Amino acid sequence: MWKFFHHLTSPPHYYRVGATLIPWLAIPGLALIAYGTYAGLFLASEDYQQGDAFRIIYVHVPAAYLSMLAYAFMAFGGGIGLIWRMKLAHAVGAAAAPLGAAFTFLALVTGAIWGRPMWGTWWEWGDPRLTSELILLFLYFGYMALRSSIDDTAKADKASAVLALVGVVNVVIVHYSVEWWSSLHQGQTLFKKGGPGMDADMLYPLLAMIFGFTLLFGALLARRIRTEVLFRERRTRWVRELVLAPEGGK
Amino acid sequence: MTAKLSASELTLIRGETCLFQDLGFALNPGELLLLEGQNGSGKTSLMRSIAGLLSLETGEIFWNDEPVSRQRQEFHGSLVWLAHRTGLKGDLTLVENLRFEGILRPQADVDQGAIFERLEISRLKSLPLRSLSAGQQRRVALARMLLADVPLWLMDEPFTNLDRDGRKLVVQLVEEHLEAGGMCVMAAHQDIDINATINRVAL
Amino acid sequence: MTSTNPQQPGIFAGLAAIARRDILLAWKRPGDVLNPLFFFAMVCTLFPLAVGPSAEQLIFSGPGVLWVAALLATLLSLNTLFMSDHEDGSLDQMLVSPQPLPVLALGKTLAHWLISGLPLVLISPLLALTYRMPGDVVGVLMLTLLLGTICLSLLGSIGAALTVGLHTGTALLSLLILPLAMPVLLLGANTVSLAAGNDIYATGIWALGAYAVAALSLAPYATAAALRISSE
Repeated sequence: MWKFFHHLTSPPHYYRVGATLIPWLAIPGLALIAYGTYAGLFLASEDYQQGDAFRIIYVHVPAAYLSMLAYAFMAFGGGIGLIWRMKLAHAVGAAAAPLGAAFTFLALVTGAIWGRPMWGTWWEWGDPRLTSELILLFLYFGYMALRSSIDDTAKADKASAVLALVGVVNVVIVHYSVEWWSSLHQGQTLFKKGGPGMDADMLYPLLAMIFGFTLLFGALLARRIRTEVLFRERRTRWVRELVLAPEGGK
Repeated sequence: MTAKLSASELTLIRGETCLFQDLGFALNPGELLLLEGQNGSGKTSLMRSIAGLLSLETGEIFWNDEPVSRQRQEFHGSLVWLAHRTGLKGDLTLVENLRFEGILRPQADVDQGAIFERLEISRLKSLPLRSLSAGQQRRVALARMLLADVPLWLMDEPFTNLDRDGRKLVVQLVEEHLEAGGMCVMAAHQDIDINATINRVAL
Repeated sequence: MTSTNPQQPGIFAGLAAIARRDILLAWKRPGDVLNPLFFFAMVCTLFPLAVGPSAEQLIFSGPGVLWVAALLATLLSLNTLFMSDHEDGSLDQMLVSPQPLPVLALGKTLAHWLISGLPLVLISPLLALTYRMPGDVVGVLMLTLLLGTICLSLLGSIGAALTVGLHTGTALLSLLILPLAMPVLLLGANTVSLAAGNDIYATGIWALGAYAVAALSLAPYATAAALRISSE
């Protein structure tokens, strides 16, 4: 059983499986995003308070959710890599970080665009979610900076895994402390807890977008891990054989 | 495997280079393990691996037939390491340095003064180590080694910076330690003349 | 030699010994202790010069400025936490010691707090007075800084351990530590602001205390793991 698992997570095996995995994630993901975009823009009815401006949630919410999911992947991968010394797990962390940072940035930008008509300003410090998201972006930057400043891959893997694990504890604390802080300053949030529920025609596109984004994230992650694996194993025989193969390494 | 300290199939990869592959050795009380090789051949890395500081690609180091990784504390309580960098604080005096060292590992019940006398450092006791010569600092590091009550000595290039008397003294100290049933792992790039059972590892 | 069963010094002896050694080292090089304090005072001086001396503004921004300055000063002193130990090889000696590494890391962090965090707390009233902070609020400030600097020293020791031997300077350390330290800053500064506004501020104190306890019990393990990784 353990041996089987070990084989499954061996870099060459992942490299092959990953290739078949990517289209299975990417195609449904893109289809869901296409449906979600169309339905979100044309089928969903206007919000009675926010007008058309609310439609940005179809990008903002999935991006914000993935910014956290990617961090969880990073920390989880790092933890597994540290405990079981599994190389593939570290590659997951390395691959997830830039994706997570990109989604965090997207969530921040869409949040700011949304804030403009809502608050009349691009940035509102009083919003706890945006502030937490900004701190999360800095956590990603720290992770990537640490990784890139250590030359030895094995060492960089372990050091950044420790940082990701410390960070994941911290993300929770950041969330609550920022919420406390904004409650002191009469913070305004875009989503109010216990507010009016969403209509089905607004909700379904959102769900489609969330699932679509997640699948797309999975596809991008799988692809980045493949690249990462190829780079890390560049000295091994299987990569050399792959590259020197007649088809040029498909 | 019945040796006190042994290793098999050690492979260490640092960055892009493989420093050693499928390396093994065995060491018993009273024996000296000599790591031979040129500069950059991986002697220090092997020493650091034995000390448990580097994670090996493959292989395992055994102490009392038990993997070191599973009894780190016990293993570290049985060794003292004379490294290339002495690990002594230049701002502190000899006595202050050694007092701290006493907390780090088990100490032998010996006459400190006699050891200082033998190493010819007793008159330097109250000076900050910074003001001592490199050779004198090495002697302080040797004093730390003698004060520790441990069977295993790890010595990385122990003759560096020492004068002829100092080198002779190191040989004597090692011979005495081995005669008393101790063990020594030594990395050296030159030939040494020690009267003991020597196991060699060529890198 | 091998037949005797050597007595290993206990872990509290190890904790105390390493803390004592670091304090002794700091005593012999007082500049390392004083520079962050001067930096702290300096940043607090910069602010009124930049925004003007109006009493209202100083009272309003005092807690925040003092806290940010304290955070930056702590960060400045953290860079050297493991640096000299790494350079002279004594870190390696600690790693091959039978003393548990988290205990040694905690001892070093404790010494760091005693020589950089505590003095900061002690001179903070002086600077708080220039910001026209009333006496009872100064008490709250000192309490939050006392708990906060403990948290910062512990968090910072993880970052210092991760970056030891990298020669990247304070910039990388700041990038790693500042996002982690943000909740501490946020709790500390806002608790003082609440106290200044005659609001209930106990929540912040409890939260900081909880943070300090959690950091005290977890950070040494992370620091020890980071030190082993950095020394490979």
